[in-house]
Amino acid sequence: MARATVLGRLTWRVATVAAVRDETQNARTIVLDLPDWPGHLAGQHVDVRLTAPDGYSTERSYSIASAPEGNRLELTVDLLPDGEVSPYLARVLSAGDPLEIRGPIGGWFVWRPERPEPVQLIAGGSGVVPLMAMIRTREAGGARAPFRLLYSTRGPEAAFYRDELRRSSENGSGLSVTYAYTREVPQDWERPPGRVDAGLLAQAAWAPEREPISFVCGPTGFVENVADLLVSAGHDPARIRTERFGPSGGQP
Amino acid sequence: MGVIGTVSPGFFGRRRAKAPDLPPGQYLTEDFPVLSAGPTPRISTEAWSFGITTETGEVRRWNWAEFNALAMERPTVDLHCVTKWSKLGTTWEGVPLETLLAGVETSAEYAVAESYGGYTTNLPLEDLLDGKAWIAVRYDGEPITPAHGGPARLLVPHLYFWKSAKWVRGIRLLNDDEPGFWESVGYHNYGDPWREQRYWGD
Amino acid sequence: MTEDHIDGNAAGGALRDIFTVDLTAAVGRCSSCSQSLALAEARLYTQAPGLVARCPGCEEVVFRLVRGPGRAWLDMRGVTCVQFELPTGS
Repeated sequence: MARATVLGRLTWRVATVAAVRDETQNARTIVLDLPDWPGHLAGQHVDVRLTAPDGYSTERSYSIASAPEGNRLELTVDLLPDGEVSPYLARVLSAGDPLEIRGPIGGWFVWRPERPEPVQLIAGGSGVVPLMAMIRTREAGGARAPFRLLYSTRGPEAAFYRDELRRSSENGSGLSVTYAYTREVPQDWERPPGRVDAGLLAQAAWAPEREPISFVCGPTGFVENVADLLVSAGHDPARIRTERFGPSGGQP
Repeated sequence: MGVIGTVSPGFFGRRRAKAPDLPPGQYLTEDFPVLSAGPTPRISTEAWSFGITTETGEVRRWNWAEFNALAMERPTVDLHCVTKWSKLGTTWEGVPLETLLAGVETSAEYAVAESYGGYTTNLPLEDLLDGKAWIAVRYDGEPITPAHGGPARLLVPHLYFWKSAKWVRGIRLLNDDEPGFWESVGYHNYGDPWREQRYWGD
Repeated sequence: MTEDHIDGNAAGGALRDIFTVDLTAAVGRCSSCSQSLALAEARLYTQAPGLVARCPGCEEVVFRLVRGPGRAWLDMRGVTCVQFELPTGS
């Protein structure tokens, strides 16, 4: 596992897009080649900077989706219809293009494979991205900690990494995945569409007695609701880590 | 201005135009971006008041009804935000600061605008006079929304827009200058967009 | 604007442009309400002339970071005694 505690300031570096692939109708994974990438921890993010020909530039933060693997890095970008950066990343950027990156960033919302306790991952929408990095890191390193993922999306078509998650949850390695659909459910689905609630958490998540560490990532309202439900169910607030995503930028 | 990085092929950003009559480094915008350094205060007009506090501690205060009984002006002005957007020809309705300061005895040279939510910004008192500044209560014919600083915001359009404090609740007059929220952390103490006074020392 | 703040974690890159250690996992105490918090847990306002991080408990300002060309300003008066983990071997 690569060391992520790099000495020295982080400055911008230029990555090359190695490939792009669609995850859903609105989301795309960008595979980057970054010479001298120092490695990263599952859950960390990078800042991406775009610059127009007239010098106008803007930055956003994106979670890393991939496990540490040499000079390769994957981001999954969800298209925000009114966004300024995500339409470029999800629609325009192509293999061979340069992309300015600063990272890896963050030491709080991270999972380290040497941790033995059970892990509860709870994702809302594209909040699954840093949690996927944790799942992939666990699988790549043969870590033993049992994982559960509760993944809330609008419907089956909106779920990222669907095939990979199915394979990983069926290979007996100790990952279980539960989907919660808020708008559309498949035929014969056991639950009507709706938000994650106390009943679903009791059924799908680790019991507080197992003393899991929980990572919750998604839109602000989702994260606050889920964190409240976990605390009400008896989970230790100190073992719940949250990440709200939203538009970042406005920086000169 | 800033360091220009690697150009991103095919990236142009939000539509924006350079216009010949803009201050240096500014872009034209048609929408009205909302900037906020904290949660948006929701102040009812019943709870609202505006006060001017002199350097000796005397306070002159207006409640919403008293304030709205004052003679209003309807300035049409250009806005220049230090984050580089400019919006031209905006129409406001408000009370000129001169009206509010008319009955106030002071020899102060400096002023700090104070807002609900704790925001502050400083400027020389003379920049509030001579028809250069208003306490505005309407924008584009409508009450100012909370996101844009309602019920009332300071409007000082000849300086960068961070000086036009949203949710303003009062003006404190001072003998000595006192840097405000952004002025104390790198932004220019005066902030003239035509001289591009963005940061300390500009 | 529906959601006007995000997590302090998003300030990590701008802070790592200045510091050689990660500050998002650093733990400090809010000077206003004395709540202990990791900087990643602060509420970060980015649609502003600079980054403004506020305490999730009392909403007072924890730190402010402004970037200009070739310069940065950091005001941390809202937080007392920050503790951070140093890289192994330090």
